[in-house]
Amino acid sequence: MQEHIQIDDNKQINNDLLSGVLSWPKWHLAAASFLALVIATGLGAYGWELNKGVGVAGINRPVYWGFYLANFVFWIGISHAGIMVSAILRLTQAEWRRPVTRAAEVLTLFSLLAALSNIFFHLGRPWRAFWIQPYDFARGIWPNVRSPFVWDPAAIGTYLIGSSLFVYVALLPDIAVIRDKSKGKVAKTVYGVLCLGWRGTPRQWKLQAVSGILLSALVLPVFVSVHSIVSWDFAVQIGVEGWHSTIFAPYFIIGAIHSGVSAVAMVMALMVWMWKGYDKYIRPDHFDAIGRLLIVVATTWFFFFALEFIYAIYTLEEPELALRELQVLQWPYGFLFIVFLLSSYFIPIPLWLFKNVRKSAKWMFWTTILVNIGMWLERFLIIIPGLARRQAFTFDWGTYHPSIIEILLVAETFAFVALGILVFSKVFPLVPLFDVKEGMVFRDEIKVGRITVPASIRE
Amino acid sequence: MAKRSVLGLFTNEDAAADALDSLKGAGYTSSEYEVLTDTPYPEGTFGEAEPVHKLFRWPLIGAVCGFIVALVLTSGTQLAYPMVTGGKPILSIPPMTIILYEGSMLGAIIFTVIGILLESRLPRLFMGAYDTRITDGYIGVTVTTEKNKVENAEQVLKDAGAEDIKRGWE
Repeated sequence: MQEHIQIDDNKQINNDLLSGVLSWPKWHLAAASFLALVIATGLGAYGWELNKGVGVAGINRPVYWGFYLANFVFWIGISHAGIMVSAILRLTQAEWRRPVTRAAEVLTLFSLLAALSNIFFHLGRPWRAFWIQPYDFARGIWPNVRSPFVWDPAAIGTYLIGSSLFVYVALLPDIAVIRDKSKGKVAKTVYGVLCLGWRGTPRQWKLQAVSGILLSALVLPVFVSVHSIVSWDFAVQIGVEGWHSTIFAPYFIIGAIHSGVSAVAMVMALMVWMWKGYDKYIRPDHFDAIGRLLIVVATTWFFFFALEFIYAIYTLEEPELALRELQVLQWPYGFLFIVFLLSSYFIPIPLWLFKNVRKSAKWMFWTTILVNIGMWLERFLIIIPGLARRQAFTFDWGTYHPSIIEILLVAETFAFVALGILVFSKVFPLVPLFDVKEGMVFRDEIKVGRITVPASIRE
Repeated sequence: MAKRSVLGLFTNEDAAADALDSLKGAGYTSSEYEVLTDTPYPEGTFGEAEPVHKLFRWPLIGAVCGFIVALVLTSGTQLAYPMVTGGKPILSIPPMTIILYEGSMLGAIIFTVIGILLESRLPRLFMGAYDTRITDGYIGVTVTTEKNKVENAEQVLKDAGAEDIKRGWE
């Protein structure tokens, strides 16, 4: 049974959910300064790499792809959950979605930007990145459409534009509220322009409701295509045994959902702790619901992981067996493999079976962090051992050790996403005001026998 | 002739619905009055006419446009620089399909958003009669009509129990 929010007053909802926008929480500046420092350090490291060349990273022959690419796949994965959680819950009209969707969508935006930055870290000459665009009318040299590295920007670009517009359209009514509540003339003007003169007519509300469903339906297929295409960066290569697999697309998608939904649960816990008043809207029942969803997602992901692994060794082909031996039994990959399995499945799943764990923000926070440590390692274990294995016609057998530059840049992406959400929360509410208010309109109580239970009316 | 608008603020749904009935009774057409709320109420809560829209056409048109642009880009660029790679044909359909798909989806999404804004009558340069208390939960009933009919509309709103009245212009 869902617990219901005990507030009826729209004013109270505005005050609670706009507290971070209309005032400065004390911890905000300190947290932002720390994150900015980590980002500045990362940018310094990137400057060093630009100056000295990509050789300052730990990648070498034959391990050409390292931390940057593992981190790229990780952030693409995280970016999936936002829209997935938001879109699926909107389409199915799940009541518990209301306070969760905005944070999930915003997580998508900043994760995608973080993923994109990893591509630039990895490029030897990033100033030529625009060559991927079909622009060269003078020389007549055009990008090769048959390359997965042209598919990637097409898919990620579509997803980034689509999810940004998705967030913006859903923000319009809330920007109008901030316009009305702002004191300063500049803020009033800026929010007034941003909300495009929203007034809240029945036509605007109807279009808002239809757009939520229509855009969800349009963004969902894009979300599926993006991680499929990212997986094809690996799967279409015939030279690396561990990568050349037809199961990669669905396996990557479900892995992305697993890590992404976990990240949304983690952000929910942070919202409850860090923003005053948010605990009235993000209730233990919301954690319970996302915990139950996670059990299903994690188990489906584990099924795909097991399929990928079992089919690989079922062939009994020598190179494939050698790769799996390297992945599972040899130091340090074997140790990382155990940590990956424990943290992404075998520790969190038994814990999530208990309702008390699922309802606790603290437990959900730590278990979902564990999942994401595991899922980061999963990407690492797919990419690096696949390349590091000694093969015929490989005459350089360097191993891979991440350099301090790579570690700083990976840390930078995490700080970037955290700071992005923090800055967003200062400018816009992280919980959609109109969605919460709509929930109030539809809320009711019904008497069944001798008890009265909360209910939600649907048109 | 420039129109004038008047806004009545109500504290409950029934009073706002009564105001709409009174306006109808006084001869105002449904295009002259609107309800303003900060919450998406179920359709017809205030007895207002059901908004008609053609939003579902927009993604279709967008998808077709996106598909054409992607087709021109993928086939045009490959034909302009016909270099055989990996023994594949110059116009290799499977990889082209990926770009065509993304192009169609991008077109559909962009056109949908444009459609949402235009069908919502946004952007709106002038707010007309408006009050910031609406985003605190007040229900606004606004009448936008000729100057000579505003006085009467104001009286109808007052009679229906409006807590406050404001005037504006379009």
